[in-house]
Amino acid sequence: MSKFTFPQSIRSRPVYGTLEQRDGAAHLLIADAEGAEAILDVATPAMMAKAHIVYIPKGAAFEDKLRGLNAASFYAGPSYGAAEQRIHKALADAKMGLQVYLAGTEGLMGQAQNAAMQAGIPHTAIQTEHRGSTARRIQCVHCKGITEDVETDPFVCAHCGLNLFVRDHYSRRLAAYQGVCIDAEDPGNVPEPKGIYE
Amino acid sequence: MSGAEKIAVKVTDIVPLNELVTRFKFARVDGGRLPTFSGGAHTVVEMRDGDITRLNPYSLMSDPMDQSAYTISVRRDDEGRGGSLFMHQRVKVGDEMTISYPVNLFSLDLRAKKHLFLAGGIGITPFLAQIKQLERFNGNWELHYACRTESLGSYVDELTNHHPNETHIYYDDQNDKIDLVNLLDGQPLGTHVYVCGPKGMIEWVRGTATAEGWPREAVHYEEFLAPQPGKPFEVKLAVSNKVIQVGETESLLEAIERAGVDAPYLCRGGACGQCETRVIDYTGNFIHRDHWLDDDEHANGEKIMPCVSRFEGKTLVLDR
Amino acid sequence: MTIQFNDETFRDDYSFFNSDRAIKRFPFPFHEDSYMYSVNMEQHRGGPVDSVYEKRFDVDEHYVAEMRDRAMVLADDPLRCQSLPHMTLAGWDLLELIMVSKSEDYPDLFELHRDGNNWRWVNKPLGIDDSFVFLDETTLPYGPMEYITRQAQGDFCVLDQRDDNLWMDAGMVTTQADWSLDFDIGMNFFEWHAPVPLAHEKGIFVRALKFLLNIQQGAPARRLNWTMTVNPLLDTSPENYHKWGIQKTTLTPENIGAKQHLRVELQTFFRLPRSNALVFPIRCYLCSFQDLMTAPKWGRRLHRVIRDLPEELATYKGFIDNRPMMLDYLSKFDDGLPTSDGIWPDLETEPALKT
Repeated sequence: MSKFTFPQSIRSRPVYGTLEQRDGAAHLLIADAEGAEAILDVATPAMMAKAHIVYIPKGAAFEDKLRGLNAASFYAGPSYGAAEQRIHKALADAKMGLQVYLAGTEGLMGQAQNAAMQAGIPHTAIQTEHRGSTARRIQCVHCKGITEDVETDPFVCAHCGLNLFVRDHYSRRLAAYQGVCIDAEDPGNVPEPKGIYE
Repeated sequence: MSGAEKIAVKVTDIVPLNELVTRFKFARVDGGRLPTFSGGAHTVVEMRDGDITRLNPYSLMSDPMDQSAYTISVRRDDEGRGGSLFMHQRVKVGDEMTISYPVNLFSLDLRAKKHLFLAGGIGITPFLAQIKQLERFNGNWELHYACRTESLGSYVDELTNHHPNETHIYYDDQNDKIDLVNLLDGQPLGTHVYVCGPKGMIEWVRGTATAEGWPREAVHYEEFLAPQPGKPFEVKLAVSNKVIQVGETESLLEAIERAGVDAPYLCRGGACGQCETRVIDYTGNFIHRDHWLDDDEHANGEKIMPCVSRFEGKTLVLDR
Repeated sequence: MTIQFNDETFRDDYSFFNSDRAIKRFPFPFHEDSYMYSVNMEQHRGGPVDSVYEKRFDVDEHYVAEMRDRAMVLADDPLRCQSLPHMTLAGWDLLELIMVSKSEDYPDLFELHRDGNNWRWVNKPLGIDDSFVFLDETTLPYGPMEYITRQAQGDFCVLDQRDDNLWMDAGMVTTQADWSLDFDIGMNFFEWHAPVPLAHEKGIFVRALKFLLNIQQGAPARRLNWTMTVNPLLDTSPENYHKWGIQKTTLTPENIGAKQHLRVELQTFFRLPRSNALVFPIRCYLCSFQDLMTAPKWGRRLHRVIRDLPEELATYKGFIDNRPMMLDYLSKFDDGLPTSDGIWPDLETEPALKT
């Protein structure tokens, strides 16, 4: 089962819902990996007639099923980075009334939400549904480098090498959680890493 | 003290615009500079009419950067409680009055990629200040303004002369109507729509925008409710231990103030929430007219907004 | 009176010091012998002569040294000052507010000459004399918010007001109690306060927000907040926590009186006129324990407050590990006598410490 119930947390931590179809002039759906299942759940032929799907499979086997929805425009690509220019173009061309649906990992949803917000859609109007990996995208507060797909707490910053603990404090603008040095007051005393939700 | 800070002003100009609307200009009594403000702000004007004091909110329509004077436009309401009639009939050039510092409950969202203004009748006034603000900073805006007739089209000439490309006028008596669905369709992402006008127009715009998939945060509206007259009623104020009578043409808030009880307020139009008052006990029916409390709160009889809402019945006890 | 500005540092050799006058006017944050969160807002319209409440923006003996420290922080990390694009107008509002207030409140130190939009600003302590065009960014060396807050003590958060919330959309933050503007910029009131324990459950932030949304032009408000800092370090940023965190472990019973500082924030709130934004200046005052103990009332009270503070708060404020050592030190200044109400030291009326 690819649905995960996140523990209750602080007010800055994003809360995800279940995608539902909304009225609108056009629909932009962006998903990665198991996020495809959420799109398959919400899609209807009427919606697909004015839909643009952007999908990053990350090794999951949903591409053919998604293609079978016959969206007006369908794209599958290797990474968010590869899809980013296409997403920006879609948003730049879009008109008020566009509905945005995001599904999959927190990292994918966060980055796509950020792109949609930059284009002028308030974050509360962007639908999200978490599916698949619970790995986090985390910014090191010290060096500002972002480490993707973090699964353990603490972890080592991929940029500066500091040992960071994982906070639930989240920035939509950075599409990242915050990582803070865990052994600043006792250098070298780093607890054994364990899963973030263990 | 309740409400915003006060400014002593004198009336420096009065210009009747048409059979219903008159413009008033205020400058500081001490000759100093007035505060700048943001487009969409209003001021509360104190009217001393014998032993009755009315405080009515009016949108500031002058250039927000102009510190020499403020202007407002007042539409005469013959059915109302007399505030607008007082302004039209009793106020003369040279009179000294008290107004409040500007308060903005209808400000521009400065992130907007485009501002789409929809005005109905006297609802044009906040947009006049917002347009001046946006023009100063090369903002992207468009106005659609519905008036009853050409002769009642306040500021239509000024707008069409200065901003012929941005201004679109619709006259009801010529069967012009804003083609709202078409207008909303095709606006660039990041557009914000603002509506000020009669209640029906606001509901029409909000409803249509929602149906067209516009986010709630991109739809802004301002409707000042003038308090409506109604049957007199009696209220007990529990904290100050007073029993007061609310007259036919005064609001509950005004009656509380007349009794010498200090009550918080800002907009006096049912929008800001400042005057929210807890109901301790009642037998009878509330006539809720505010935009602040939600439907549940209107139904459960625990709170009232005394600036615009009234009561009919035997007993009303307030926590004031 | 003319202020004698200290030549001092807030880093490395920490030569920071408070004069007797600065100690007497220190904004001690506890009005009673215990502490819990509250929406402790009051109007910001002056206060006792020479108190930190007297002027709209307090200027004290640390002004020049604090501005030097800020310039160093910004040279190391320009992300400490950011303004989202829609906040430029609010930056001009803030520039005007500070220039007008300071030139009126400290005419011997600051001058503002206005001829329409042609303005001349003279800042004598910092040796600045600039002419510029109001609302024209090209005529200033920095954006308006950065320009003026490089010349004003304390951090500045500029909050956009929309959708019945406040949004941290611009700021100058170099003297912060361990939070990052670069991370928090763009968040709403509840989000940037999310890491604060206990207060959400008590409804503190809901009430505080309601109060702040209704602050109007011409009617500013203020409150005090506090935390603890080892060494007079202004820039306790999360960005540099891996560098300064270790200093918390250098306290000893011998040096705690000099090294441990009570850090108080005088927070004020002003509605900005043209932008309808709200500016939230957070002015930081530091005072060593040993200087605080010169007021017997503060000695008694600080001991009781720190002793009885809930563990969550001591953890959040970052001194849970050092609390036992603090209490050992502070208990020597608490003889059990009652204290007078309010924050002022009451030096003339409060009894000396019984030994």
